[in-house]
Amino acid sequence: MGMTLLARGNALASSREQRRRLAATGSCAPFEVKMAAAGLTPLRATGVSVFQINVGKFCNQTCRHCHVDAGPERTEQMSRETAQLCMRALAGTDIATVDITGGAPELNANFRWLVAQARALGRHVMDRCNLSVLLLRPQADLAESLAGHQVEVVASLPYTREAQTDSQRGEGVFGKSLEALRLLNRLGYGVEGSGLTLNLVHNPAGAFLPARQEALEAQFRRELSHLHGIVFNRLYTITNMPISRYLEFLIESGNYEAYMERLANAFNPAAAAAVMCRHTISVGWDGTLYDCDFNQMLDLPVESSAPRHIRDFDAARLHHRRIVMANHCYGCTAGSGSSCGGATA
Amino acid sequence: MLGSGAVYTGAAGTLSPCFAGRKPATQGEARPPGRKKGSMETYYHPKDLAKFSELSKGNPQLWDKFMAYYGAVFAEGALTEREKALIALAVAHAVQCPYCIDACTQACLEKGSNLEEMTEAVHVTCAIRGGASLVHGVQMRNVVNQLSM
Repeated sequence: MGMTLLARGNALASSREQRRRLAATGSCAPFEVKMAAAGLTPLRATGVSVFQINVGKFCNQTCRHCHVDAGPERTEQMSRETAQLCMRALAGTDIATVDITGGAPELNANFRWLVAQARALGRHVMDRCNLSVLLLRPQADLAESLAGHQVEVVASLPYTREAQTDSQRGEGVFGKSLEALRLLNRLGYGVEGSGLTLNLVHNPAGAFLPARQEALEAQFRRELSHLHGIVFNRLYTITNMPISRYLEFLIESGNYEAYMERLANAFNPAAAAAVMCRHTISVGWDGTLYDCDFNQMLDLPVESSAPRHIRDFDAARLHHRRIVMANHCYGCTAGSGSSCGGATA
Repeated sequence: MLGSGAVYTGAAGTLSPCFAGRKPATQGEARPPGRKKGSMETYYHPKDLAKFSELSKGNPQLWDKFMAYYGAVFAEGALTEREKALIALAVAHAVQCPYCIDACTQACLEKGSNLEEMTEAVHVTCAIRGGASLVHGVQMRNVVNQLSM
């Protein structure tokens, strides 16, 4: 298993250094200039329909493309107090969806409490799952617990083949992922009529853009069914963001400038107008508020005139906030667009 | 589409399968130690891929027609975009166009293909090219038969 940037003492473990590298990109115009040319500045939120909680950076995997720099040695974890503030804020709104991510969010001591509370409030809950976590001995009842609360599982599976999956997520992860998917299928996840939703997430295993979502979903459905007897509901294609360990990969492999140019050349105004940050609020493990999980990893909180911590949550003041942008945002506006829910245009 | 110009081609966000803003490999620009600048002149230069759209300047009408045709050819149809990208990769190897190989390799990856499929596509090229040579052996045999007692 690889190590995090932080554990290796890599300069890119610093969000400031990442922001510096992104700002110094020579192969594309600054993102804000591109957005202005498309008539999309200032970009403002249109409300909040997704309440995304990043409960911390602890993870049992160390994927090469991880924008969180998550891993087993990370100690940042959301406390019960902050989790309670999240639920208090949520209860005061009609936000329909709670999206829980990490790290491996299930390994946070407060994960199951958050799920139970959000479900008790009648909200739809999504768990961004790395699959292998479901096989850990202390988590033996996790899959059943998720099913019991009718949590939507959004599972990472970059490809239908072992080589590509393991090259991105670590040796042996593909096999574990299949085992976990079979477990979820046995519980009814992904099975038509069960009411249990299993969506997969594809990230390209390299310095290129994802395939068209519908085409790749058909390919995944065919191959996972024929080769492994696995079913699922939807496939989301997500463009890799030039942040953290993926940024390191791009720089180390000599692909950084070409990748940024590729993203910028594929800038799609329709995708730019539909970016997820316009209807999402992202809560960090320490309660700080961000426009999205990517801004969170770059330590770019919501604009200064909006409440910046969950204890000060005020939906009305967040609904029309100005979105904070930088060059990494090209990742969400290329081609068919990209979001935590896949393509946007 | 072709070259490094605008690659976004419509509201659906579709990209052409090959030459879609492909940045030429930078290693092609490296100069071996001891070689003077200018001594690496070659007919093929990786940077030239980005100049492809300059072909429009000689005759914009023909260029536009080619681009429209090109886009239509690679659109999803009876064959998927992924299948067409693999065919394009095989043809790129048949015509031994380094620009095409560069661009079509990236296109295949971005259509969801993988190294195994792409390698098999190149073997298809190899088989057909090899077979094309071998089948001309029939001509050789015809001549031998004609000349021999």
